[in-house]
Formats: sequence, structure tokens, C-alpha cells
Amino acid sequence: MSVRVQAGDFDVGEEISRLRAHDRSVGAIASFIGTVRDVNDAASIIEMTLEHYPGMTESALEAIVDDARQRFDIADALVIHRVGTLLPGDQIVLVVVSSAHRGMAFDACAFIMDMLKTRAPFWKKERLPDGERWVEARASDDEAAARW
Amino acid sequence: MRDTDVSTTLSVRVVYLARLREALGTSGETLTLAPDAPPTIESLVAALVRRGGHWAHELAAGRAVRFAVNHRLVNRAHAIADGDEVAIFPPVTGG
Repeated sequence: MSVRVQAGDFDVGEEISRLRAHDRSVGAIASFIGTVRDVNDAASIIEMTLEHYPGMTESALEAIVDDARQRFDIADALVIHRVGTLLPGDQIVLVVVSSAHRGMAFDACAFIMDMLKTRAPFWKKERLPDGERWVEARASDDEAAARW
Repeated sequence: MRDTDVSTTLSVRVVYLARLREALGTSGETLTLAPDAPPTIESLVAALVRRGGHWAHELAAGRAVRFAVNHRLVNRAHAIADGDEVAIFPPVTGG
């Protein structure tokens, strides 16, 4: 189980290969990749800056992964979240979960993302053609987290 | 006597993040809290709101504000201890 907060990009194939290496009990790997959209709430996005709370961010992500491990029968899990300035199309976040069977892998992956969206200290600021704005939290994210 | 003095002063580091850091115009401060009642997040926020202006506006009841103490999410009833790091921030928007 590992979490990483980094400015640089990540290679999804490389990360999945590393996660599944040496464990032949794994029969299923589920992954989620979040990317920067070029449009949000009807405005064009020029770039997005992700701020976080150094010191808390890693421990919050580790707590989410620990929680996932207790709820679901999973073999391993990885979370990578980028910070700093990103452009439309860039990768923001990667979650990979391995398990013996697909059900647990799918569920744990969705659980980790729903918790990350509501409990991990990241904030997005968008640069638009006419200025900047902080992204507002969505009620649908709270609802998604509440289903667990 | 010294022991009494120590127990009556409570100093916490307060960190403001993201949109709240910009709206309040500061990334953090060290606060000494009044010892008359066991301090909580609620009483800390009330003290900040009494400053008026941006503080009263941004931290008013009903505004969506989140809190962490020593890097763990907490609610407004959470008790604060000497030396704690209290973070005050908007609802998170990562992922």
C-alpha cells in the first residue's frame, strides 16, 4: 500500500506493472485516472493549480487506503495525486487496486476516490480567460462518500 | 506558581489554506487562547469572528468551513490542547 503526492506526471502502465509484480494471488486490477477538463461550469480552463496541506495530505491518503483495506479484501493499493500547475488533458490522480476478484477491486477503487474527494486536503484553482476562481466543492461528492 | 501560569496559557498554531488564506490575507498565526473555558474549535472560531470584517464574513455560521487538528479532520466540538496545529480551510476539491 502506498501513497504519493508529487508535482511530476506518472506512467500508469509502469505503476500497474509494479503493483502487480510478485503477487500471483491477484486476479483483478481496477484503476481510476482523473484528468483536467478543458471546460468546467461553462467556462474554458486555461490551467489549473492544485494546492494541498503538506504534512496532512499523505497521512489523510494513508488513512483512506487503510480504511479501504479493512473494508475490502484487497491485495494492494496505490494512490498518486499531483500538485502544482496542470493543463487541460493532464493527469491529476491515479488510484490502482489489486485483488483476487474484480468486485472488491472495483469497490475499493470507487471507495478510495469518493473518500479522497471529501477528506484529502487538496484544493483546485482554475485560471480562466478572464481571471481566476477557486473550484467549489460539489454536494454530489458528499453524497457519493455517504453511500459507503 | 509556575505550574499554574503554564496551565492557564494555551498557545496554538492556526493555519489558513486555499481560498480562506486569500480571503483572510494570511497563511497563519500563533494564537493565545483565553483559559476560562476548555477551548474547542467552536470557541476558537468565535474568537476569530469577533475580529469583524473578513473574519466575521468568512467564518460566519452557515459558511462551509472545515477543520483539522494536528493533521486530522475534526468537527467544531473538538477540544484544542496547548501546542496544537489547527487548520481552517474550505471544503476540499481534489481528485
